[in-house]
Amino acid sequence: MTIVEDNRHLRGALLPILHALQEEFGYIDEEAIPLLATALNLSRADVHGVVSFYHEFRREKPGRHTIKVCRAEACQSMGANALVDHIKKRLQVDFHGTTADGAFTLEPVFCLGNCALSPAVMIDENLHGRVSPDRFDELAAETRANPHAHNQIPRALSHSHKGHAQ
Amino acid sequence: MSGHLITVFVPRDSAALSVGADAVAAAIRAEAAKRDLPLRIVRNGSRGMLYLEPLVEVETPEGRVAYGPVTPADVSGLFDAGFLTGGEHALGHGLTEEIPYFKKQERLTFARCGIIDPLSVEDYRAHGGFRGLENALAMSQAEIVKMVTDSGLRGRGGAGFPTGIKWNTVMQAKADEKFVCCNADEGDSGTFADRMIIEGDPFCLIEGMTIAAIAVGATSGYVYMRSEYPHATATLRHAIKLAYDEGWLGDNIHGTNRTFHLDVRVGAGAYICGEETAMLESLEGKRGMVRAKPPLPALEGLFGKPTVVNNVLSLCSVPIILDKGGDYYRDFGVGRSRGTLPFQLAGNIKNGGIVEKAFGITLHELLYEYGGGTITGRPIRAVQVGGPLGAYLPPSQFDLPKDYEAFAAQEAMVGHGGIVVFDDSVDMAQQARFAMEFCVAESCGKCTPCRIGSTRGMETLDKIIAGKNVDANLELLADLCDVMVDGSLCAMGGMTPYPVRSAVKHFPEDFRKKQHAVRVTHIAAE
Repeated sequence: MTIVEDNRHLRGALLPILHALQEEFGYIDEEAIPLLATALNLSRADVHGVVSFYHEFRREKPGRHTIKVCRAEACQSMGANALVDHIKKRLQVDFHGTTADGAFTLEPVFCLGNCALSPAVMIDENLHGRVSPDRFDELAAETRANPHAHNQIPRALSHSHKGHAQ
Repeated sequence: MSGHLITVFVPRDSAALSVGADAVAAAIRAEAAKRDLPLRIVRNGSRGMLYLEPLVEVETPEGRVAYGPVTPADVSGLFDAGFLTGGEHALGHGLTEEIPYFKKQERLTFARCGIIDPLSVEDYRAHGGFRGLENALAMSQAEIVKMVTDSGLRGRGGAGFPTGIKWNTVMQAKADEKFVCCNADEGDSGTFADRMIIEGDPFCLIEGMTIAAIAVGATSGYVYMRSEYPHATATLRHAIKLAYDEGWLGDNIHGTNRTFHLDVRVGAGAYICGEETAMLESLEGKRGMVRAKPPLPALEGLFGKPTVVNNVLSLCSVPIILDKGGDYYRDFGVGRSRGTLPFQLAGNIKNGGIVEKAFGITLHELLYEYGGGTITGRPIRAVQVGGPLGAYLPPSQFDLPKDYEAFAAQEAMVGHGGIVVFDDSVDMAQQARFAMEFCVAESCGKCTPCRIGSTRGMETLDKIIAGKNVDANLELLADLCDVMVDGSLCAMGGMTPYPVRSAVKHFPEDFRKKQHAVRVTHIAAE
């Protein structure tokens, strides 16, 4: 509940709180919904409506790593559809699924802002460009072997949810 | 800068990181230690020549010398070639600013991006940063708004609405509180300029927003970031903290009686939140549902208060206008499209990256003189301009000048300046289907033409692609597109038909492949 307490003073606090919960637990637990409704003086339907509206909020526990594959036009022009097929086959999962060993959850995404170096894939918060099927296999293997192999954002920077404004 | 210590620049831009910039920086550091050569590594933004990333630069008396794309395996050879003094190497490009791709650009908005350390206030100031804000602090609200109006700056998010006129409405509104909100929900495929400038020159955005706040009388603001941009979000949060520490944000900005508080909010993967009213709903912590207009956000925006909503590039163009004057900016461009636009060359393009040029440049120049054609070496068959809601254009239209009005006349849009290139292996019927599929996934659901129309559009395209009643279904599709264009509440449903109609118009043969195949099979069977 400290996450709620830390953020409830913010205006429009629900999204920042949901992000903080997902960062902490990996997903938004069903049990959190009535608690958030009470804390923010909203109806449960309001909270449910917000959680279900945004693609990013997950309702189930994900794998240890999240793989986002770009499906948007720039990546399509460089073979993203074939890459998606390869990844699904290699990991034996469909979109939104988690691999049997719990290592990866696969998500589609529309644009990672790396459109000059397509196709793009993001593993956790780390961006990869010009990802061929072979390069994907390497990245997946490296991530399995060493979860921090490709950390691009220092942890101190990526965990600062509190802002300055009210 | 400490004496004769050699400075090496390795970008921290996420595109550069995506092709191994961190590993290159680490390899340079290790090799320098091994050879006992003291050097300083600055993690700058990207120069925008993304095809050369990771682009390593070395400071020399003649200027910065570029090498790229560098891999960790190249590093030892670069040291052997004497790259620390600008020595020749197969990956060398000479002085960065003499590379034609870079030299021919007109960098106003991106003037500092890739040059400075993005998280050094000192570096920012040394390159002209905060001069616009200092001028603004000494001006009246009306004077600032007039200067921005005179510059001819129009909204860079895609709609092209004059920024000064929007600010004037907010300035004149009477309210106990006003807001400045920056729309950094850069969801269009083929666009990455917002991300690049936030990662490469974040103080420029902070300065532009502060000037906007002073001009309209706002005391708080938010930057609405995409959750798909964790690097940009981390950089911006850090920059905001530094700006507070140095008195450029907060109460009594630099000893004046002006106040501006700035915070970052992160979206959650909803494309529609790039639409300004959906973004405001999201900032309020709600579902990103589009609002009907009027009331305009300028009068009833965030939490019902008068609000400036501007795109990142619009706000990042403000500091230079306040620094050098409205006339300086207006002298670039053509017709009613004044100033410059950072075009983004994306997709199947040999030399992808940012090309900031005055309006009036043609697609042909951008695609061939800068872009160098496709990376696959095959002919360009189509380009999509202005994101997933933008038209597909064939080579016969590449002479169109980049100008808001010239594009609008062709039912196309300049949009945010993104250009996605496809070679001749593209199937335009599939691209049209994707436009509808994207709208199905991303519609907020508030209005029927967008919510239902997109699903029916996808089904109809599936029938066309399968060769079923092609003529009748194309007619139905055209009718459906009319309803979506005329009846949708916002650009999501209102412009999804643009890529569809343009694909049908310019590439009709792709919609009849199966029909022909079916006919051939029938004839063969008979």
